[in-house]
Order: sequence, then structure tokens, then C-alpha cells
Amino acid sequence: MKLLTYTKQDTFVHHLSGVTKLFFFLLWCVVSGLTYDTRVLAVMIAVSMWVIWDSRAKWEQFAGIAKLMAFFMIINVVCIFFFSPYIGCEIYNSRTDLLHLFGNYTITAEQLFYSLNVMMKYFTIVPSAFAFMVSTDPSEFAASMNGVGIKYTAAYSVSIALRYIPNVQSDYRRIKNAQEARGIEMSGKAKPIERLKRTSSIIFPMLFSSMDRIDVVSNAMQLRGFGKKKKRTWYAGVPLSRADKTVIVLCIAFSAAALWLTFYDGNRFYNPFQ
Amino acid sequence: MRKSDEPIIEFKNFTFQYKSQSEPSLFDINLRIYPGEKILIAGPSGSGKSTLSNCINALIPQAYEGTITGTLTVDGKNPAKEGIFGMSKSVGTVLQDTDGQFIGLTVGEDLAFALENDAVEQDEMKRRVAEVADVVDVQKLLDHAPNELSGGQKQRVSLGGVLVDNVRILLFDEPLANLDPATGKKTIALIDDIMKVKDVTVVIIEHRVEDVLYRDVDRIIVVNEGRIAADMKPDDLLAGNILNEQGIREPLYVTAVKYAGCTIDPKDKPQHIETMNIAPYREKLRAWFEKAPAPDRTNNNPPVLEIKDLKFSYTPDEPTLRGISLTLRKGEMVSLVGRNGAGKSTLAALICGFLKPDSGTILLDGEDISPLSIKERGEKIGFVMQSPNQMISKPMIIDEVGLGLSVRGFPAEEVRKRSEDVLRICGLYPMRNWPVSALSFGQKKRVTIASILVMNPELIILDEPTAGQDFRHYREIMEFLRDINRKTGVTILMITHDMHLMLEYTDRAIVITNGQLICDDTPARVLTNDAIVDEADLKRTSLHDLAVKCGIEEPSEFVDRFIEYERSKFAKEGRSSE
Amino acid sequence: MKNNNVRNVVAIGIGTALYVVLSFIYIPLGAIPNTGLMPSLSIIAFFSAVFGPVVGAAIGLIGQLIYSLITGGVWWSWLFPMAIPAIAIGLFKGKYNVKEGGFGGRQIAVFNIAQVIGNAIAWAFLAPVLDILIYSEPANKVFLQGIGAFVGDIIVMGVLGTILLAAYSKVSGKSAGLKKED
Ligand SMILES: Nc1ncnc2c1ncn2[C@@H]1O[C@H](COP(=O)(O)OP(=O)(O)OP(=O)(O)O)[C@@H](O)[C@H]1O
Ligand SMILES: Nc1ncnc2c1ncn2[C@@H]1O[C@H](COP(=O)(O)OP(=O)(O)OP(=O)(O)O)[C@@H](O)[C@H]1O
Ligand SMILES: [Mg+2]
Ligand SMILES: [Mg+2]
Repeated sequence: MKLLTYTKQDTFVHHLSGVTKLFFFLLWCVVSGLTYDTRVLAVMIAVSMWVIWDSRAKWEQFAGIAKLMAFFMIINVVCIFFFSPYIGCEIYNSRTDLLHLFGNYTITAEQLFYSLNVMMKYFTIVPSAFAFMVSTDPSEFAASMNGVGIKYTAAYSVSIALRYIPNVQSDYRRIKNAQEARGIEMSGKAKPIERLKRTSSIIFPMLFSSMDRIDVVSNAMQLRGFGKKKKRTWYAGVPLSRADKTVIVLCIAFSAAALWLTFYDGNRFYNPFQ
Repeated sequence: MRKSDEPIIEFKNFTFQYKSQSEPSLFDINLRIYPGEKILIAGPSGSGKSTLSNCINALIPQAYEGTITGTLTVDGKNPAKEGIFGMSKSVGTVLQDTDGQFIGLTVGEDLAFALENDAVEQDEMKRRVAEVADVVDVQKLLDHAPNELSGGQKQRVSLGGVLVDNVRILLFDEPLANLDPATGKKTIALIDDIMKVKDVTVVIIEHRVEDVLYRDVDRIIVVNEGRIAADMKPDDLLAGNILNEQGIREPLYVTAVKYAGCTIDPKDKPQHIETMNIAPYREKLRAWFEKAPAPDRTNNNPPVLEIKDLKFSYTPDEPTLRGISLTLRKGEMVSLVGRNGAGKSTLAALICGFLKPDSGTILLDGEDISPLSIKERGEKIGFVMQSPNQMISKPMIIDEVGLGLSVRGFPAEEVRKRSEDVLRICGLYPMRNWPVSALSFGQKKRVTIASILVMNPELIILDEPTAGQDFRHYREIMEFLRDINRKTGVTILMITHDMHLMLEYTDRAIVITNGQLICDDTPARVLTNDAIVDEADLKRTSLHDLAVKCGIEEPSEFVDRFIEYERSKFAKEGRSSE
Repeated sequence: MKNNNVRNVVAIGIGTALYVVLSFIYIPLGAIPNTGLMPSLSIIAFFSAVFGPVVGAAIGLIGQLIYSLITGGVWWSWLFPMAIPAIAIGLFKGKYNVKEGGFGGRQIAVFNIAQVIGNAIAWAFLAPVLDILIYSEPANKVFLQGIGAFVGDIIVMGVLGTILLAAYSKVSGKSAGLKKED
């Protein structure tokens, strides 16, 4: 699978600091987690859509993933319907039957509206998550995490993870091929537990060489003074710009307003049925 | 070169014992290294070379615990007291594993890593990074990620990463492993150039003595079983027989002169073939050349593998292989050479079915194998990867060897019997119930070869079988391969950067450059053809230069006969030691 | 004397890379939608047992977050519980003796009890509760999914986790008392 990767571009979203984007993303997640207010969700989707448009992420870059997401979302909504066909009615305290299916299953306007809200919740986040991936320079990201008070050792763990993902990927491919050549079939025919056991013939060599690598890398880092001082500077660090600060302030203001709008009537749902 | 009489590194009656060992790994070392010197440390695997260098940079005793007696002073400091961080101001270490050493996400960040940790301000940092990028010539690569660099470029970045800190001592632990010969040469030249610009003392640990001697070194220190066996000027050392006795490969021209029955006089400067005075040895060498038997190694067996006009590209606009055709005959041992990134591993991957060709055919025993899966090809073609750690998936040796058979559903009894037979051939039978971890690198490599052999392949492909091994293990692995080649008639294809391996152990060399096969000939003729050598970044053997200097008309014949002489010599030695 | 701090930073980084790459392998169980065997969880179990709860939990959280960002679906209620089994396993790090080669019968038992309890808290309880709180999804659905995840995860950690730890322990343990046989 080809991963979404950072590409250098000249856009507003690209110029924002990684931390600003992380902050935006976290606030968006919190608000969309808490609210079920359709109006708030709609605004958030609009902003999210603008972000991904501005980041110039190409549709081909995330088409596969987006389709997969859509598929899971539909399954999820169908599942909810089969487990609790009237949860929408309970929530909105009303019932408008639209179509009787069979037995105890009737499609209601409330259930449809509730399902719509469940889906909207994902759409508030997913596009900005994509935009985040393609517009954030991983080097700058660790630096800016440290900049907002996260310990630099912790920030560096993330940097190492990003540094080694491509290595581990090619290791994986190579090891898998070699094991297949020795006759270990990885694909679908065997029983799940048997397949699980067989994956150990890939994971074991990967773990084994990773443990060696941990020793080598941590020695190399110490030899060049990592962890020597309490503070550390960053080659790729960029200080927060005025645009960053403005975005952060706007985000906070929006979140506060959104939460107030959601909860002022004591209920997180926006109810058009009353 | 000595610029001062105060040593910058001094070991006095120094002994070190790892916590987990029952015996010291370094005994009573007395060694002085002076500022501005360039020192080569050589010695068999496990002799204590890395241990010695890790004492200097304080990885010992901070990362590897143990007990020290005696004293060590480095740049006026005691490493055991100063710790790794304290020493990092004075000592820069370049590890063998350039990928492990590469820590930043990009070249620029990696160069800056030491400065970042020192909390240097960003402007100052950018200035110093630009400066050092200039020294190691990577200015254009500052934005590149490690997986976009060649092996040689990574090597440059590692070097820059330690130079940026203005250290006084540079330690290199096997800097040449995994580099193609041309890149290796460039690395040695780069180290030499840096010594001209910066005031540093350099210590290089390396098995490839001849390659390091490409530029002058001041002294060679030979370590054996934790003791210093020799500490001499290169000319003196090469004149004697110490390297041979310690199982280290001498420069080839030196060996040839000795085979001819000459005693080398240090005054004739044997350090470089270019500057060595050959006159006293010429006649004896010529006489030896006439006497040495000319080899006959034509192979007329039926073909095992035929590749016809194979094309492949990873990305549509950039072909990686542009129409390769070749034939391997039964029982041949063939080497596949060419610079880093030429397409050698890609070709192996196509043969094994890991990749699908764009066009062209691959025939095995005359049959097209394109419909066969990886697994089906695996029954006839065995592929041994470069690093044994990427193949070994069982903790116990016998289980690892039998794995391929048990997953193919052979009865347990047969699996055990066949595994034991193969382990006997590989000399691992007495250790069959050991965990893999108890083996040395060379033995692990043999386990992976055994696990392929057990399936009776017709063709074995090995990717860089001897990278990073010392001469003794190199010989062990290669003699073993030649032995099974003779006993079982299996065809062997080896991908290698080691020119000597190709000369000594293969009958044919296939040279690939830019996705095209540019030469298919005997190794000696390949390496004496300057056009091919340059085009494919290979390295001419010093035997060739020696032959030319002696006025021998057919240098490639000379190389061939040298190899033949060694083969029969080692074969005799092998027999008498059994 | 060893500087474990730096080693742990590196272990988190490389463990996370392993977790993210292996997350793309998925063996469906078939019975319950959206649940199956995820071999990558064995990485969390392994690192927790070898390096302790902090490293294990960090790999679970950062790894799952990166994986979610790559695949576009951050599902918070299923992210935070990742840390629980890691902590449960890691708390008994001192008891396993993995690196010393002592990971045998008793240690396997402790490891598996810890992972079953940890997974039970995480998936059979915490994740569904968070699902209800954050997404107001129907309780019967989320608890069933939670049980499904619980079963899948204890199988992965119990089978693959145990295999890997036992194998690594055998390999890295002292090779004392080895004798050549005829
Ligand atoms: N971390 C360690 N713990 C215990 N013993 C060790 C350790 N590292 C090395 N040794 C032992 O110390 C001895 C010297 O090892 P060292 O790594 O210095 O050899 P070397 O000369 O660098 O070999 P090579 O050429 O293979 O790198 C060996 O016998 C080895 O078993
Ligand atoms: N998975 C890949 N995707 C895209 N390009 C690749 C891939 N693997 C290799 N290449 C490119 O194909 C070319 C041939 O690579 P290959 O690995 O076959 O070289 P090689 O001859 O084995 O080199 P080395 O001696 O360094 O191992 C290189 O330019 C390399 O960058
Ligand atoms: Mg060494
Ligand atoms: Mg290669």
C-alpha cells in the first residue's frame, strides 16, 4: 500500500506550523466527538473540505483509502440499524415511519437523520486528516511538538518512527518474498490461527533485526550527544507565525461557540423533529 | 606526519573484561597514537578491534559494561569518567552500519544532529552545516531522505555528521563494508583529503587492508585475541609474514611476490604497487609466471537457466533492466558484478519471481517459468539474502534448516534426516541443537545456506555472501560453497562487490551497468579490461599492475595463473588439515 | 549505567514503525463485522514485555494514531484503550526475564493472565463505553464489537505474542552449557 506522504507545496495550509495543524486537528476531533449538532457538523465539514482543497492533495492520493472508509461507514450504519432500528426515535423523541421492511424493522426519518449525523462526524475529520498528512513536513513536526512543550525525547520518538517506516516496509517485502520462496504460503487458504502462526515467520526476523537496530541507533545517537542537555535546538524548526497564532485563536473561538451552541439546551443533539 | 610528542590516545597496561565474559577481551594493551597520525587496525574477527575503539569513545564501559584495569587517556581525558557525552566533543565515531548512523529525516538534519543536541542556535547551525556539506560534497543533497541516497553518499553524510563538531579524533569501524570498490576508493581518498584540511587523528578498523592502503597510513596495528600482535610501519609489516599468520588478506601483489619465492625488503616500499620498486623481484616473478599452470575452465554442460531479452522498470519512464540475455550452465559458479544501483538485485528478484518482468523470458531447464509462483520457483531456485537476520525465523538451528521441508508437508522423520545430512555437509552437525544466537556471523550465514540447500535447488543465488566478513570466514564460506558445487553439481550465481571473490572463486563474471549486460567473460579478463572496469565502477586488481610492471605481456594470464596457484594451494591445505 | 532513556526513545520509534507497517496485515475471522486478527498487536505485547509499560503504551498510541492518519479514520474510542493491555503486560516486565532467556512456563502464564485482563478492560469495557459516550452508538452493538475485538486480541497476543517472546528469549538468552554432539 502506498502511503500518503508529505509533498512540498506553496499553500496556506503548507505554511502553517505542524503544531498549529495538530492543534486544529485535535480540537476538531474533540468538538466533533462531543457534538451531535447538525449545524456545527456542517460548518466543520465545510472547513475541513476547504483545508483539503487548499492543501492540493490529489484525489488519486487518497481515493483508495476514502473508498474503503466509505465502505466501512456504510457497514457501520447498517449494523446500527440492525442492532437498534429505533435508536434515532429514542434520541429525538419522535417517530416518523417511512418504509416498513419486515418484522420489527421500519425505516424512520429519525433513524435516517441520526445515521446522517453519525456519518457527518467522520466527514468532519477525515479530509483534514488527509490534508494534515500531505502538508506537514515530518522534520518540522517533531521540532514544533517540542516547541509547544512536549519533551524533546518524546518528540524524537515520533521522528524516528517516521524515519524508519520506509525501511521497515522494504524489510517486510524482502523477508516475505524469501519466506514464500521457501514454501511458506502467506495468502488466504489456511485457517486463521494457522495463518497467524505463519506470520511469525515474517515478524520474527523483523523483530530480531529491529532489536539489533535499536542498539545500533541508540549508540549512534549517544555518540553524537543525544540526551546530553535538557534543551535542544532544531535544524528544521520554524517559529509560530502570525498566521499560526490567528488560526489557533480562531479555532479556540469556534470550538467554544460550537460547544455552547450544542449544549445550551442541555442536550448534545440538534433536534429538527420538535 | 607526527606533529607532537604528546600522544593523543594512550593505553597503558590496559585490560578490559565484558561483564558477561569469563575472560578479558583485551589484555594488557600498551599503545600510543600521536596527533595527526593515521592508523589502520587490522585483525581477525572477534580479536577485539571494535572493543578497542569502543573504549576510546566510551561506549565501553557506559553502554557495554565490564571491568577495566590499567589506564586510558584520550585527548587528556579518561573516557570511563567522562562518559559518552564527554568524549563526543573529542571523538567522532563512524559506525559500520551507515543506515544505523543516519538518524535525521534528511541529510541536512543528520549533519546538524550533534549541533542540535548541543543546543546551538539555528542560524549558527545552518552556517556550520553548509560548511561541512561543502567538505564532504553533499551540498545538493541536503533535502534528501536516507532511502534516496546511494551507499557512498550515506557514507559521506556519516562522515560529515561527525566532522561538524570539530572533533580531534575520527574512529572508523569498517567503513568499506558494503561499498562497491570505486566508492570504497573514494571514501579512503575523502578521509585523506579531510586530514589535509582539518587537524584530526584518524583510526580506521578494516579487513580490506589493500583498499585502505590506497592512500598512505602511518602505522598498522594488528590485534589478535585481545593482544597487540604488531605495531609497525606498513612497509615493514608487508615485508614480513604477520598478516598471513593472523589470517588477514595481504595486498595481492605482495602475496604474488612472495609466491614467486622472493623476500621483500621494506626499503622497496611495498605499501603501494605504483611506487613499489619491482626491479629486484622482476626476474623471479617472470620465471614463476612461466612455471605456473594455465587453467582450463571451459564448461560445456547443458544450460540450467536461460534469460532472453529481459526488460523491467520500477517506474514507467525509467527502465531498470533494458534487455538482459544470459545463460548459466549446469555446475557453473558465476559472479554478477556492477556498481551500486546497477540492477543486480533486481535481476535476482525477477529470477525468483518476486517481481514480474515487463517483457522477455526466463527458461529453467528449457521450460518457461513465467507461470510459476514464488513458491514453485523456490523448489528449484534457492535465494540466500545478504543478511542472515532477514531469513532466520526459528530460534533453533535444526528447526530453521528443516522449516522449508516441513511446510511442504514432508514427514517429520524425513525432514530430520535430510536436515541432518545437510548440516553435516555444512559443518554444523555438532551444533544442530544450539540456538542460532550462539553462532558467529559466518556460521549464521551457513545456516541460511543450509536451509536453502536442504530443498535440493538446481540453482543457488547469493546476494553479497561475504560482505563484512574477515578473511578466515570469507574463506570458510567460499570454500564451502565451492565444495558443495563440486559434490552436488549445483549451479551458483553470486552477486558481489568483492573483486577478489570473483577472481578466486568464479569461472565467469557477468557485468551489469545501467541495466545492460556489458561484459560476460572470465573474471581475470574483465578486470584487466580498463574500459569495462571504468564503466562499471569496478577496481582493477593490483596483480594486473604488478604484471605490467614486470613487463609480462598477458597480464590477464598472470592474474589467472595466480588464482589457479592459490586454488591448488588452499585445496592442499584444506586436505592436509582434515 | 546504561542510558535506558535513549534506548527507550529509540525502542518507541522503531517499535512504532514496525507496528504501523504490520498493521496492514489483517486476518478476518468472519463471524463479527469489523473484527479480525491483527498480527501487529503482537508487537505491542512484545515491546511491553521487553521494555516495559511506557514503551509498549507509547507504541500502541502513537502507532495506532499514525496508522489511523494514514488510513484516514481516527476512531478515538478505539485508540485510547490500546494503552491498557500494554500497561498490564509491561507492569510485570521484571518477572518475564525475556532477555536472560528465562521466558518459560510460569512466565508464559503470567504474561497471558496480564494480557487477558488488560484486553478485557480495554475492549470489553472501555472501548464500548467510550463509543457510547462519544458517538452515542447503540449499546448492544458496541458491546458485541468490543467482545469480538477482545477475542481477536487475546488470540493474537496469546498465540503470536507468546511465540515471539519465547523464541526471542531462547535466542537472546545466555548460550551457556552448549556442547558439541556427535
Ligand atoms: N557486548 C559484548 N558482550 C560480551 N562480549 C563481547 C561483547 N562484544 C564483543 N564481545 C567479545 O569480545 C571479543 C572481541 O570482540 P570485538 O567485537 O571487539 O571483535 P572485532 O575484532 O571487532 O571483530 P569483527 O571483525 O568481527 O568486528 C569477542 O570474543 C566477543 O565475543
Ligand atoms: N522498490 C524499488 N522501487 C523503485 N526503484 C527501485 C526499487 N528497488 C530498486 N530500485 C532502483 O532500481 C535500480 C537498481 O537497483 P538494484 O537494487 O537492483 O541495484 P543493485 O545492482 O543490486 O545495487 P547494490 O549493489 O547497491 O545492491 C536502482 O537505481 C534503484 O534505486
Ligand atoms: Mg568489530
Ligand atoms: Mg543489491
